[in-house]
Order: sequence, then structure tokens, then C-alpha cells
Amino acid sequence: MSNNDGIERHIISVLVDNEPGVLARVIGLFSGRGYNIESLTVAEVEGTLGLSRISIVTSGTPMVIEQIKSQLARLVPIHSVCDLTEMGAAIERELALVKIINEGKNRIEALRIADTFRARTLDSTLDSFVFEVTGNSSKVAAFIDLMESLGDVEIARTGVSAISRGNRIDLTAK
Amino acid sequence: MAKSAPTDCEKAASENDILAMAGAEILLKALEDENVEVIFGYPGGAVLPIYDALFKNNKIQHILVRHEQAAVHAAEGYARSTGKVGVVLVTSGPGATNAVTGLTDALMDSVPVVCLTGQVPTHLIGNDAFQEADTTGITRACTKHNYLIKDGGMLQQTVAEAFHVARSGRPGPVLIDLPKDILMGEYSYNTLGAAAPAQKRYAPETRPDIEVIKKTVAMMKRAERPIIYGGGGIVNSGPKASALLKQLVDMTGWPTTLTLMGLGALPASDKHFLGMLGMHGTYEANWAMHDCDLMLNIGARFDDRVTGRISGFSPRSVKIHIDIDPSSVNKNVTVDLAVIGDATTVLEMLIAEMKSQSFIPHKASLTKWWKQIKAWQSLDCLGFEQGADVIKPQHAIKKLCEMTRDRDTYVTTEVGQHQMWAAQYYDFEKPNRWMTSGGLGTMGYGLPSALGVQVAHPNSLVIDIAGEASFMMNMQELSTLAQYNLPVKMFIINNEWMGMVRQWQELIHGGRYSESYSASLPNFIKLADTFGMVGLVAKNPSDLDGVIGEMLATPGPVIADIRVAKEENCFPMIPSGAAHNEMLLGPADQAEKPISEEGMVLV
Repeated sequence: MSNNDGIERHIISVLVDNEPGVLARVIGLFSGRGYNIESLTVAEVEGTLGLSRISIVTSGTPMVIEQIKSQLARLVPIHSVCDLTEMGAAIERELALVKIINEGKNRIEALRIADTFRARTLDSTLDSFVFEVTGNSSKVAAFIDLMESLGDVEIARTGVSAISRGNRIDLTAK
Repeated sequence: MAKSAPTDCEKAASENDILAMAGAEILLKALEDENVEVIFGYPGGAVLPIYDALFKNNKIQHILVRHEQAAVHAAEGYARSTGKVGVVLVTSGPGATNAVTGLTDALMDSVPVVCLTGQVPTHLIGNDAFQEADTTGITRACTKHNYLIKDGGMLQQTVAEAFHVARSGRPGPVLIDLPKDILMGEYSYNTLGAAAPAQKRYAPETRPDIEVIKKTVAMMKRAERPIIYGGGGIVNSGPKASALLKQLVDMTGWPTTLTLMGLGALPASDKHFLGMLGMHGTYEANWAMHDCDLMLNIGARFDDRVTGRISGFSPRSVKIHIDIDPSSVNKNVTVDLAVIGDATTVLEMLIAEMKSQSFIPHKASLTKWWKQIKAWQSLDCLGFEQGADVIKPQHAIKKLCEMTRDRDTYVTTEVGQHQMWAAQYYDFEKPNRWMTSGGLGTMGYGLPSALGVQVAHPNSLVIDIAGEASFMMNMQELSTLAQYNLPVKMFIINNEWMGMVRQWQELIHGGRYSESYSASLPNFIKLADTFGMVGLVAKNPSDLDGVIGEMLATPGPVIADIRVAKEENCFPMIPSGAAHNEMLLGPADQAEKPISEEGMVLV
């Protein structure tokens, strides 16, 4: 599959047993078969059954995306694989912590932009801020771009978490 | 009696049903619950508690191999010839790493195997202890699933799940890593069966929706130039699937081809059988695949050895893919309809639906199609001339096939030219009779695999059709054959070359035979003698019948050294980077159609 046409970005949400090695299985699958990972987040979401949700942002041709989903689905500790991009209405959010070091006019501008982006100020010294910004990946990227032009920055991003809109929930694991 | 299924243990167990036992004993009990009769293994420090428990156990037979790779191949042979799960027991560290090739082989060819590995005690894990290896880390990519047991209370349940995973859906190898302290500690064993897991895990779809079957029949009705392309999935599904395939072929009158892994799923003598397809498949099978208008794939995975150049693969056909593994669908070749399910279930549903719709194949177009196929067949692509001076390898295998036709025979192979000739010239009438390393192409597979087959079928004739180079890769197992007096017949097609390597060097590297000569071969007769076996040699065509006859008449293991033509190549052949309709029939064709630049880089 060498044709590069129609590369699509997909958010895949995977419900897994929270057991040792499960993340290695998922990551190993992606690296072993040459799939892309743009971001990956994982945390426990259900205590009694011990379930974690892994949100993966990946890109590939429709054929590759289909492969990724069916390869994921056959891993034993995986209970469900949802392609949120394909399902349509889904919300994606990412949180970034942005530390910026600057002074003078740039410092004021940074604070003004942070306000526009509804970023919260978590920490401040006389020549630095730490902002918390939440949004979809493009909003976070735009904010970081602006900050980078206003001083020295250090960034920590969580990667994308996503969930479908509407009144349906994923009951596969119940 | 204890039940193995994790589902029937809802009832709360009374105190009498729970027994306190050492971990190693629980392990063996759990294996007994899975009806394990044989284990192929090799002891070592970390698994000594299991070997101690085995010493006291009289239900499970242990076959001591001479190398852990061979233990896995033997379990594969056992599994593929019986349909049961093969079981392997090896120690930590080198024991586990030696098993990796076998596990990868089983994964590629979908063979159900459970591999038990020892591990250093839990408190030493991660400390680079003696004979420690990160076994679950190393084998994550070469098993269907693996476990590291850190809580002895999970032993019974894990073994039950491991067997379930190994044999359900698309079968494959499952590994359980067992730290020594878990094996020696005392835990409880429930005689009523393993506790059900908190949640249902791993329940692959085996039954497609009836609407999909109806669609399949509708597509089949329109076919004018159909072909059935069957694979190892039919064999893995059990003998019933093969019987159903025969029924389907008889109902439709459609031409049928099988992959390397599928041989035996339809009797080779069936008049609808076109032979194997793919790189060294028959001319008629490949051309029929190329020119068909409907392809019904049952349990095959469009492997690159089968498809050739994807852009030239059966360009004008509608493709239906029946497979138990959804990830096999649209991986290499885009299909028009996917039917996800077990081959037996799907074929049953399909035949029932065809009957209810009174399916009748297009008589006129099918006759025309068969006429075309007959024209391809008339080229006799597997023809060869056996002269008086030197044994042709094709002739040797054909003769072997003829002389064993009336016997209850199982055949294994190593990997290379002899493997392809065996696939081409040995006729398989039944499934589960042919054990070969297809996906991984593991040289050294045949001898240990034959060992496993012979253990499962002590009174049957088991032949390892080998090449001299592959044979040397695991010939330490001669000692195992000797120990258990397993009467495996090793039929070595000896051309003193790594034949397939030599063939490719001739084809694409200007005949520069770099490191492909089998130098310093042993005297196979004397080799046999040192293990107390019979060794035979055939140097001339006139020796052949006598040697095969004597090999078959000898009760114990035999090494037959068949000296064959050294320069013979495997034909027909789809050169790499070419399509089905660009087959080479023989050396003359080869000179006319040089391999493309793109083809050169392919394997």
C-alpha cells in the first residue's frame, strides 16, 4: 500500500483491561506494523471492573485505519474499539501546560492572549507564567504558536482525550 | 470431574471442592482439565518444580526434546495433525528465547500452542538474575497472547483462558510465564473448574449474519468464471469444513485451488482441483485466479506468495473473503464482500442457503470456463523427464507418493525447494496430513514437527520430506527419535545446495553462488548408525524404488539420503514482482523474461 492519497486523521477510543503490559501491546502493535501514533493517552476509567481507556490519534489511508481497528480488536485485553472520527459527532479535548519566560510588553501581550484563549494562569513569577489551556488540538497548537513568538517557552501536553456526543454510552464492556 | 470451561463455575464451591496444592501441581491439574496428554519440553532450574510434579503424575506424558525450538515445532506437528492444542514446557531465559522461533512459526501459521516458560522468582524479576529474560516482553510480538503469573491464585483461571485463546477464533500460540516461587507456593485449586473471569474476554465472532450469506449466494449466482480459493482456515476449522468444501465443490462444479497451508482440504484426486496456487503453484491455478470473474476465498489470507504483484492480481474479479479473523480482510487485497466466521459454520450456512434458493451454476459459461482451464492444464506445467542417470527430485517425491498411497501417512517438510516439490508432487487426500512451515518459512521445522506427529499417531507412517541443509538445522532431534523409538522416515532430497537460495542467486544475482553450497555434509548412513537407526542411500534412479521400499518396510526410524540432480530448479514460478499471468514455465521462459528492478528487492 504505497499510495499516499487520502491520508486521514482518526481518533480511536479503546477500552482495555487495566493490566500490566496492555499499553505495551497497543504500542507494540503500532510500531510493529508501521502505523502512526500522533498522540496516545491512557488512564483508568472504571474501578470495579478495572478498565482503562486509551485514546489514540492516528493517521493513514482508509485501508490502514480499518487494519488498525481490526488489529486492535483482536488483542485479548481489549474490550471495544470505537472510531470516534467515523462515528461523526465527537468531542476532543487536550490540555497543555505552557511556561513562558518574558518581560515588558511581551509579558502583557502573553497575558492578554491567554485571556482570549481562556487559558488559566497557574503560576507566576516576575518574568514567567505557567498557563493551562484546554481545547481541541488546533486551538492548543495555535496558542503555543503565539506564545513561542512572545518568549522562551516550555510545553507539556496531555494528548487528545475524546468522547462521542449524544446520549449513547459504550456498554460493550458491561 | 472438573470442567475446563470458564463459564460453568457460577455455583459457589463448597469447601470440599477447594484443594490446597503447590503451584506446579495446580498447573498440571489445570492441564489435565484441558485434556492435555502430551507435553514437549526441556527442563531447567526455573521449571524444576513442574518437573518434580510431572515425576509424580501418571496422566501426562513428557517428551524430552534436545532443543527448545524443536519442542515448539513438535507441539505444532502434534496440534496440526490432531486439531488439539500442543503444549510446550521450557525453562526461563535461554529456554524461553530458544522457543521464540517456534512461537513465531505457530503465530504465522495459526497453530494452537500453549507454551509454559519458567521464570525467576517474582522478587528477582528485573534484577538481571541468572537465566532471567523478559519473556513476556520478548514474546509479545510472537504470541497471540501471553501472561506473567504474579499471583498463584490466578494459575487455574489463567491456564483455562490460555487454552481458550489458543484454540478459539484464529488459533495461535499463547505463552504463560511462571515464576519459580509461584510454582512452589501453596494455592487453592477448585475441582469444579476455574473461576470465571470478572468479565468475558476474547469471544471472537464465528457466525456471520444470514444477510451476508444471502448476499454471497446472490454474487455466486452471477458468476460465469468462478474459482474457489481455499486456505489453511479450512483445515484449522476441523475435518468437517473439508467435507463441506467437497460438498460445495460438487454442488457448484467450480474449479478449486488451495494454498500451501490448505493442501488436503479438498482431495488432490478431485477432478475440480487445480493444484496449489501461488509462486510455485500450477499454471492452471494461477491463470484461473487471474482470469476469473468471481473469487470465493475460504480461509486464506492473500499472502504475498499467493498474490504476486498486487496491482496485477486477479484484476477483473469480484472477491468474496470468508475468514475468522477480521484483520485479514482488506489487508493486502481489497475485497467486495467480507464474511466473518468460522469456515465450518459459514460453509454450513452457505450450503443451506444455496439449497433453499435452488442454486444452479451457469451451465454454459461454466463449460466454457472449464474448456479454457483444460487448455491451461494441457501445458502440463509439472511435467519433467526422468532420465536414466540421475534422480530428479520431482520423480523421487512422486515415487514416494505412489508407494505410500495406500498407507495411513502424514508428511512434514523443511523449507526450500524440496518443500515446493513436496507440495506439487505429493497428493494429499485428507486434511491434517500435511505439516509445513508456510508463513515464517522455518528451515528445521520438518524433523521436530514429524516427531510431534509421530507421538500423536504412533501407528501411522510419518515422513519428513527434507532438504539436506534444512535437515541439519534441527538434526539434534535424531536423539529424541532414538530415545522414544519414533519411527519417523526422513526422506532427504539431497542436492548438496541450499536449493532455493541457489535458485534465487541464479535468477537475480548472476549465478554468483555466495555461501549456498552445503559443504562438509555428514555421511547420512553413518549418522543414522550412531543413533542406532537405519540409513539408506539412493544414488541412481534404479536404486529409488528399492530404497523407498526398504525405508517403508523398516519398523524404526530411517534416514534415506536421496541424491538428486544438483541444478534442478522449482518450476513453474511467478518471479517476484510479477503477476499470475506472467508465470515462468521453465528455464527457457526464465531467460526470456528477466525480473524487473522492483521485483529484485522483494523477498
